[in-house]
Amino acid sequence: MAAAVRLVLLVLLLLGPGVWGQAEPPRDSLREELVITPLPSGDVAATFQFRTRWDSELQREGVSHYRLFPKALGQLISKYSLRELHLSLTQGFWRTRYWGTPFLQAPSGAELWAWFQDSVTDVDESWKELSNVLSGIFCASLNFIDSTNTVTPTASFKPLGLANGTDHSFLRYAVLPREVVCTENLTPWKKLLPCSSKAGLSVLLKADRLFHTSYHSQAVHIRPVCRNARCTSVSWELRQTLSVVFDAFITGQGKKDWSLFRMFSRTLTEPCPLASESRVYVDITSSGQDNETLEVYPPPLTTYQDVILGTRKTYAVYDLLDAAVVSTSRSLNVQLKWKRPPENGYIHYQPAQDRMQPHLLEMLIQLPANSITKVSIQFERALLKWTEYTPDPNHGFYVSPSVLSALVPSVVAAKPGDWEESPLFNSLFPVSDGSSYFVRLYTEPLLVSLPTPDFSMPYNVVCLTCTVVAVCYGSFYNLLTRTFQIEEPRKGGLVKRLANLIRRARGVPPL
Amino acid sequence: MGLLSDPVRRRALARLVLRLNAPLCVLSYVAGIAWFLALAFPPLTQRTYMSENAMGSTMVEEHFAGGDRARSLARDFAAHRRKSGALPVAWLERTMRSVGLEVYTQSFSRKLPFPDETHERYMVSGINVYGILRAPRAASTESLVLTVPCGPDSTNSQAVGLMLALAAHFRGQIYWAKDIIFLVTEHDLLGTEAWLEAYHDVNVTGMQSSPLQGRAGAIQAAVALELSSDVVTSLDVAVEGLNGQLPNLDLLNLFQTFCQKGGLLCTLQGKLQPQDWTSIDGPLQSVQTLLLMVLQQASGRPHGAHGLFLRYRVEALTLRGINSFRQYKYDLVAVGKALEGMFRKLNHLLERLHQSFFFYLLPALSRFVSIGLYMPAAGFLLLVLGLKALELWMQLHEAGVGPEEAGGTSGSSPPYPPTQGVGLASLVAPLLVSQAMGLALYVLPVLGQHVAAQHFPVAEAEAVVLTLLAIYAAGLALPHNTHRVVSTQAPDRGWMALKLVALIYLALQLACITLTNFSLGFLLAASMVPAAAVTKPSGPRPLYAALLVLTSPAASLLGSLFLWRELQEAPLSLAEGWQLFLAALAQGVLEHHTYGALLFPLLALGLYPCWLLFWNVLFWK
Repeated sequence: MAAAVRLVLLVLLLLGPGVWGQAEPPRDSLREELVITPLPSGDVAATFQFRTRWDSELQREGVSHYRLFPKALGQLISKYSLRELHLSLTQGFWRTRYWGTPFLQAPSGAELWAWFQDSVTDVDESWKELSNVLSGIFCASLNFIDSTNTVTPTASFKPLGLANGTDHSFLRYAVLPREVVCTENLTPWKKLLPCSSKAGLSVLLKADRLFHTSYHSQAVHIRPVCRNARCTSVSWELRQTLSVVFDAFITGQGKKDWSLFRMFSRTLTEPCPLASESRVYVDITSSGQDNETLEVYPPPLTTYQDVILGTRKTYAVYDLLDAAVVSTSRSLNVQLKWKRPPENGYIHYQPAQDRMQPHLLEMLIQLPANSITKVSIQFERALLKWTEYTPDPNHGFYVSPSVLSALVPSVVAAKPGDWEESPLFNSLFPVSDGSSYFVRLYTEPLLVSLPTPDFSMPYNVVCLTCTVVAVCYGSFYNLLTRTFQIEEPRKGGLVKRLANLIRRARGVPPL
Repeated sequence: MGLLSDPVRRRALARLVLRLNAPLCVLSYVAGIAWFLALAFPPLTQRTYMSENAMGSTMVEEHFAGGDRARSLARDFAAHRRKSGALPVAWLERTMRSVGLEVYTQSFSRKLPFPDETHERYMVSGINVYGILRAPRAASTESLVLTVPCGPDSTNSQAVGLMLALAAHFRGQIYWAKDIIFLVTEHDLLGTEAWLEAYHDVNVTGMQSSPLQGRAGAIQAAVALELSSDVVTSLDVAVEGLNGQLPNLDLLNLFQTFCQKGGLLCTLQGKLQPQDWTSIDGPLQSVQTLLLMVLQQASGRPHGAHGLFLRYRVEALTLRGINSFRQYKYDLVAVGKALEGMFRKLNHLLERLHQSFFFYLLPALSRFVSIGLYMPAAGFLLLVLGLKALELWMQLHEAGVGPEEAGGTSGSSPPYPPTQGVGLASLVAPLLVSQAMGLALYVLPVLGQHVAAQHFPVAEAEAVVLTLLAIYAAGLALPHNTHRVVSTQAPDRGWMALKLVALIYLALQLACITLTNFSLGFLLAASMVPAAAVTKPSGPRPLYAALLVLTSPAASLLGSLFLWRELQEAPLSLAEGWQLFLAALAQGVLEHHTYGALLFPLLALGLYPCWLLFWNVLFWK
């Protein structure tokens, strides 16, 4: 191995230092993408994806030079021998019934799941350290992840990237439904971007607009991918995604029109100079069907058609690297106007241990068409130890959302294209063939109110009641069960007792 | 307790209790009644105050201005309703969707145990419509409910209009942290019950309903609205729920805050707040309000659609628009602003309402009596039963020894050992017979309605009520049958033992009732205790019998009805009273079956058999 490396070096040296900088393509690349989808309910969803790919094996080589890939995350991967890392921070809930299937849904609150390498000996310890480090990087309370809310799913959460074996003992999954997401989490997330929020699509990431939405979800996905088509070596991929849903009803006064400026209060002026690809996709599928009720301005130069989530979609594509797009108008402000208002299964159950681990119920079921499946879990409300109550016990206690992962048969067969070339929003989940697509849905977290003692004056009430009951019960029981009789007090004191002692010693009956 | 375990002092105390028993009982009873009446006067009533921090300090501004919209929506709703003859579901769905809500419907059906003549319904089926305003960036874990129950006639259409206008206004705001459910139920409370059961995925009353498609997490608070005119002179607030449950006092405080802020005229039990607490008029008026509340709470019926929410630990109250002949009137904007303010403050809640009182009495809207202050009133009444029971116990144990010489010779044993003397075995028969009577009273009327309707020319509802009364009256004939079954050597000891058991039984029942529903417990205690205390087989029997009959549970109900109408300044004639009494009996049975009200089984299975025991004592031979 060492000899081979030396040989490569030698060849490179022979090629000469002049060629060094230009000839070898940079080993990392950045693609950025924004997808704007008008939702069936009239709201507008915007999904940002920033993908940094690095052709280097982080774990084998002692990497110290970072260019586009954030150093904080790179070091994390090598230190904790991570194979995959998925972290999402979400505020709000994706309403599938009204908004359709999401590209990528996340549960409300914080969700973290990670696969560790086979070489890790103490997975739990690494997991604990990892969550603490991530807590610092993203300013989130991920340090509250401990054994009581961590599970090891056996059927779901397979690795999304390149994987040799799937031994589930190296997987950890945790959700914190109470986590509140705000600008303090967005800022560190933006700092991981190569262009930060200075240029490219990321200028649109203005916190006050992003948190003025119905749904806000930001995520970080790290996974190994194939470096080339034959998959001879491994590259690392970092995807930063951010999805927001703008409430068209409030902002648009009932109209469905939108523009980039109205949504983000910014327009796109220049691409990120570090990006190799920078595109805006606008879903214009309905324009062909609804008798041209929809008009996109400026008119797109190209369109893109593909089968997305089982249906055929058409997207207008704006390539920011294409000089024509930006130079004609100095800034790109995409607008859209509506001319007219428009059975055999697998069940894995791992019971909880009090204060040690949570319940885990996994079911693999085949759902019949047009049916409603109800999974109900019976539970008992119990009193906690009094130090275990949160400061706001009457708010209730959260039960993490349940997760539904499904491989849904596609209505229209998709043609298997080049994975590396397809848009980012279409390449998050690995697809085996075109006949089905993968979705993962989450339910709402559940708020359960447990029996709560009155914390305002626990001692008064508990102590007084117990005392009164004890005293009364004891005394009344005594009075009711005993009979009292008067006994004449014995005559004679010390002298008589002494005399009796002497008489006993003498063997004479006492007085 | 050392006092009682010392035999000498114990005997002295026993003698005192025996000798002063009658005056002590009278004193205790009078003290109980007087204490209760004193609850309406200032030292015992306190001003209400907001305990919940999240709702107290911050004031909100109300911007609702959709009065015209509310009126036109109400007109449309009423027109559609008249046209279709039922709830215009399609129109409601369309309107709710157009204001930007997620809309769902729920169909339900229920066959009542017997025809409800008051509301004229038997086989009920209807559709509830509800729209959910989803709070942005919230995961649907908590919600608030604004509900409008619609009855069979086209009342309450203004409430629907106002609710829809409020929904449109709320939808445009961005500050919501909890989802808001706007619920229109058909067949008023039946629809509410069906919706609540489906929402919490339980079935407690045998309602058939379709499952709900849309949910919004744990409901934190609910407001029911009843409005039948475009303008109101005052808003009446109702708090009494099913089985006398009350919402947290903070919810009422919240309503009162916005009444004051908006300058609205607000009433409780239809009575205005007394202004002048220094003269006698103010407290007298508050005594009336207090009595009305006690009667209302004791009835155990939900005093509005909110009453059913309380069972699921959802704090709720009903607002009723009253349009009387008063000069100054408020339009829908004023009512809407009060509601907007309440919802905005409830939206601030971080925890469920729990800081303030759950047990209270209200002599006025801004005054309350806390549980610590009203409990002694019931305590004094129950003390009478305790004293009487103590007297009987002592007499039974020292039978054969005269009370004056009981303290004297301690060595002389009584003729019968105490356990043998009480003769518990002889009590089994009367106890079983009276309990069986109670069971028959509970089961037979509904079970045998068809048989009764076939054999007698009456409708099912009448059959139920008449069977109820017949079984009730038949219970009075029982002692003549039981005394032959029971044979004891000492007849005097027999009735004493029976009365002792009956007294303890009654005291236990009343104490338990008082703890959960003070009003019911107090009313029953006030009426039943004197007769129970004085009843004995010797003495003026006809007088005792009359007293017992007058204070039996059914007679108490009749008396309560007269008192209630008297306090409402709508006195009843005897015939009207009797009709109302029959209707109340039917409603009581129906509400037990449809909503799970507990008054009927409580009276039939608990207090009526207990009362029969006293009747048994009276006619002991």
